[in-house]
Amino acid sequence: MTATGERSTAPAERSLLAAVRSATGLDPSHCYQCGKCSAGCPMADEMDLKTHEIIRLLQLDRRERLLSSQAIWLCLTCETCTARCPNEFDPAATIDALREIVLAESASKVPRPMAAFHGAFLDQIRAHGRVFEFGLVASYKLRGGALFADVAAAPGMLLRGKLSLMPERIAGVADIRRIFERCQTAREPK
Amino acid sequence: MKIGYFPGCSLQSTEREYDESVRAVAAALEIELEEVNDWGCCGASSAHATNRLLSIALPARTLALAAAQKMERVFAPCAACYNRLATARHVLATEPELAERVHAVLGTAVDTAVGVVSAAQMFSELASQIREQTTVPLKDLKLACYYGCLLVRPPAVCQFDDAESPTSLETVVSATGATPVRWKMALECCGGGFSLSRTSSVVRLGRAILQDARAAGAQAVVVACPMCHTNLDFRQRAMAERAQPGQEPLPVIFVSQLVGLALGLKPEALGLRRHFVDPQPLLARVATAKSLPEHGGPA
Ligand code: SF4
Ligand code: SF4
Repeated sequence: MTATGERSTAPAERSLLAAVRSATGLDPSHCYQCGKCSAGCPMADEMDLKTHEIIRLLQLDRRERLLSSQAIWLCLTCETCTARCPNEFDPAATIDALREIVLAESASKVPRPMAAFHGAFLDQIRAHGRVFEFGLVASYKLRGGALFADVAAAPGMLLRGKLSLMPERIAGVADIRRIFERCQTAREPK
Repeated sequence: MKIGYFPGCSLQSTEREYDESVRAVAAALEIELEEVNDWGCCGASSAHATNRLLSIALPARTLALAAAQKMERVFAPCAACYNRLATARHVLATEPELAERVHAVLGTAVDTAVGVVSAAQMFSELASQIREQTTVPLKDLKLACYYGCLLVRPPAVCQFDDAESPTSLETVVSATGATPVRWKMALECCGGGFSLSRTSSVVRLGRAILQDARAAGAQAVVVACPMCHTNLDFRQRAMAERAQPGQEPLPVIFVSQLVGLALGLKPEALGLRRHFVDPQPLLARVATAKSLPEHGGPA
């Protein structure tokens, strides 16, 4: 490791590599850095770290660099990398695990539009059991997503009968809320 | 035939023409769609990007409801719902430790015998019946079959068609009399769930997809996913702003709408008026061209 490089001598319980391994059941050492994942990645041009670099840094257990990366939030989970990896490694599932760790440990590192969108989306499910589009867009904006995004779209949507103005709540919404609570508790960092 | 039905949230709102056309076509093919009672949202990308346990537990609840209704298979026309349901089923069957945690969260064990079927699978299985019942063959229509990500990837979960060169949608298109074109972008991502949170990426990816479809000679793009439809239809105006001036918009139609037209169903029954890029002029032109000779040729 270079003198400027981040050290990977973190205590075992701070090992990102170990955390990802246990969350996914995957072994990043299976990756031999062929780069095929990055070659087919639709978001590669926009990412600060390419897919194979994410996996390489994980092998080196570079916690800070990985958890502050924008790239993990730009992954679309299109599964192209996972489908093509010659070693049957699963970069898409790995990136999901990294995002989950960032959310649990330092949620402020999540880029604002992504945090706003995921938060708004999950709120809809918690409130109604289903996603109510109108509420989703409103809540996304309130949470700091782009305030003027798609303001011109609503009339076109209404005209085409695509938006309902009232949410529908499923009968089992209490079940859904219990599922959320239990999954949340299970995720709390130790 | 009877099959379980999971419409999902998009099919109840912004992409309701998909639901309308699926139901109309199912009725025409004498398939009974039995909706999963009180189904909930599959969690989509927001669940799996933030909490893996939740991303399995939400669709697992739906699988449990389907099993309680004694369904053998559930048809999920939304590719994202299909993928989340199929992922849940796969994980529950292959990761016993996580399966146990999901069972604890739900308070019930989940039977993974219930199969999950995408629209590509559903309609390709019905291809010979569609061919037989086609009354308006769409002979002069050239179509780009767009799979995107979630119908065939990841292969371990979908276990359907080929993850790199799928043919199921082409099979359906051929059954309607139309011609599938060969093109390169059939499996590229449209930007999926970033429609709201990173529109610029969706516009960039969608533009490349539509350009390739055009270059291959397609007159329209066929999709089997409401997110792909939103991104390619609704967002097309934003893509066009920087495209070549004078370029005609490219209609994006659901595979169920295409089948419905071939079966002779009315455009209103298929929700064709709900699109942002109106496909009706093109489709009317093709349908009329087709039926004329069969009615004794032009006057
Ligand atoms: S394709 Fe697989 S082996 Fe190749 S760099 Fe990517 S993760 Fe590593
Ligand atoms: S799943 Fe993510 S990392 Fe993999 S190819 Fe798609 S966008 Fe890139």
